[in-house]
Amino acid sequence: MRGRMDQTPAGTDFPHQSVTFPEGVALDCGRVLPSVTVAYRTYGSLNAGKSNAILICHALTGDQYVAEQNPETGRPGWWNSVVGPGAAIDTEKYFVICANVLGGCMGSTGPRSPHAEKPGALWGTDFPVITIDDMVRVQKRLVEHFGIGKLFAVVGGSMGGMQVLSWAVQFPEMVFAAVPIAAAYYHSAQNIAFHEIGRQAIFADPCFRNGNYWAEGVRPERGLAVARMTAHITYVSEEALTQKFGRKLQNAEGLSTLGEQFAVESYLQYQGSSFVQRFDANSYLTITKATDLFDMAAEHGGALADAFRGVKARFLLVSFSSDWLFPTAQSRAIARALNHAAVNVSFVEVQSGKGHDAFLLDEPDFHATLRGFLAGCAEHAGLA
Amino acid sequence: MSGERKIRVDLALIAGMVQPGSRVLDVGCAEGQLIEHLTQAKTCDARGIEIDMEEVQRAIAHGLPVMQGDADTELVTYPDHAFDYVILSRTLQAVEKPREVLRQMLRISTHAIVSFPNFGHWSLRLQLLTRGRMPMTAGWNRMWYETPNIHPCTIKDFFALCEMDGYVVEDWLAADEQGLRAPWRRFPRLANLFGEQGLFLLRKA
Repeated sequence: MRGRMDQTPAGTDFPHQSVTFPEGVALDCGRVLPSVTVAYRTYGSLNAGKSNAILICHALTGDQYVAEQNPETGRPGWWNSVVGPGAAIDTEKYFVICANVLGGCMGSTGPRSPHAEKPGALWGTDFPVITIDDMVRVQKRLVEHFGIGKLFAVVGGSMGGMQVLSWAVQFPEMVFAAVPIAAAYYHSAQNIAFHEIGRQAIFADPCFRNGNYWAEGVRPERGLAVARMTAHITYVSEEALTQKFGRKLQNAEGLSTLGEQFAVESYLQYQGSSFVQRFDANSYLTITKATDLFDMAAEHGGALADAFRGVKARFLLVSFSSDWLFPTAQSRAIARALNHAAVNVSFVEVQSGKGHDAFLLDEPDFHATLRGFLAGCAEHAGLA
Repeated sequence: MSGERKIRVDLALIAGMVQPGSRVLDVGCAEGQLIEHLTQAKTCDARGIEIDMEEVQRAIAHGLPVMQGDADTELVTYPDHAFDYVILSRTLQAVEKPREVLRQMLRISTHAIVSFPNFGHWSLRLQLLTRGRMPMTAGWNRMWYETPNIHPCTIKDFFALCEMDGYVVEDWLAADEQGLRAPWRRFPRLANLFGEQGLFLLRKA
């Protein structure tokens, strides 16, 4: 934490696989991005009818490297346990697509892209405010780029689940099955509050330089690390932290106010410092704002069920019992609103002590449920 | 989904009341045997609600559309006339508000199919009469203080409720514990004495 970080900025010029749409995109905020690049990865092969595609939407700080090592960060695929040959999302059956979200820092257009209005500069904090719906509109371009008229399924956890909801509502004809996992249809005051701590930590870092840190060869590492530490607490349950660390001491000798004494402290610091190696602070600001702005009911006159009128996809909602960030009540409310709109919906809460992050971890019950749901849908879609 | 399986006899009786191609909601569907049967053998759009998480997981993992929830609280979330049939099998006696659940069933659906264990069966009456204790049988096998069956009723009671709330009994029969049809459908009084389960097909008047 206290050592200097590697100064290679996250999300620079690494040659991620990507496609650029020069016609640009109109954003919810009213501004237009004149050109949009989408970095993506695919797994498996698209069948002749182009009917076996599954789009995976990644979470806040995820990326397109779902089922393989990220070549830039060296980290293993974030959903290796769910996506792959023979896995719940079986790449021998399905063609899997995952794109880095708009505003991200892994090759898609974001705050680190060239400024459209100031030649030679980067967007930085000038990057337009984007929404979950904007992210999905850009993903739609990519899907069409593959010539796919209808996705067999759209699957995502956490912020990815918000995108799944947006897909099913914005483009009902393009989604056969939708799986929002550990998701929410709006960001609660508590969710926003935790994000705001993170943003304030970044702003307070003297290296932030109004978002123009790249030009000055520095990075707001302390601020971003604190943001990650705060967020990380919300991703795990109290039970998981207690089990992993309890009150275990890290450094029993040399008691001092400045040093860390408890194991959980150095664990959190590790989480923070490893995060700043791979993520960009301006992207973090942009994407947290996008999730904070998400409120599917408000966008449709206040009643969530009204948002779902016209939705055609079959739904599976999964929540985890110890998730307090996007608790079961959120998923249940979505399921009920879908019922009210006469949508075909399955819903289950998986018993897990791991908190919100359970969707990323080894949860056999969840994986079996997802696999079975997709198999049932494949039968209905004539894919089996 | 595996191929067609032989389903429980009492479920087969229920399935016999459902027209092919209908929209069906099975409340308390367990791991979804009836839904699967209705989907495959009768080309129904069949879904389920089940309160037990493990059963729900098994049903979904089997490819069946099932929602975890409680009949008492979940039915209100469906729109009017969403289904042709709502099925409540051996569950009415265990819900918090049976009358309200029935009302909701016939709000969201044209027909309701309801089965319940008949508390008027002679063996229960005899036990209560001779021993003076709550009866214990194969069907009623939990002590009064731990039974989930908090609202037992007889076939006669159920007829009375249907009349009071204005439901038309389109079809009914009494069956034994295994769900085999007992020959009592023409004679409610005898059915009430000898039928272990009542099975009713209702609609609104």
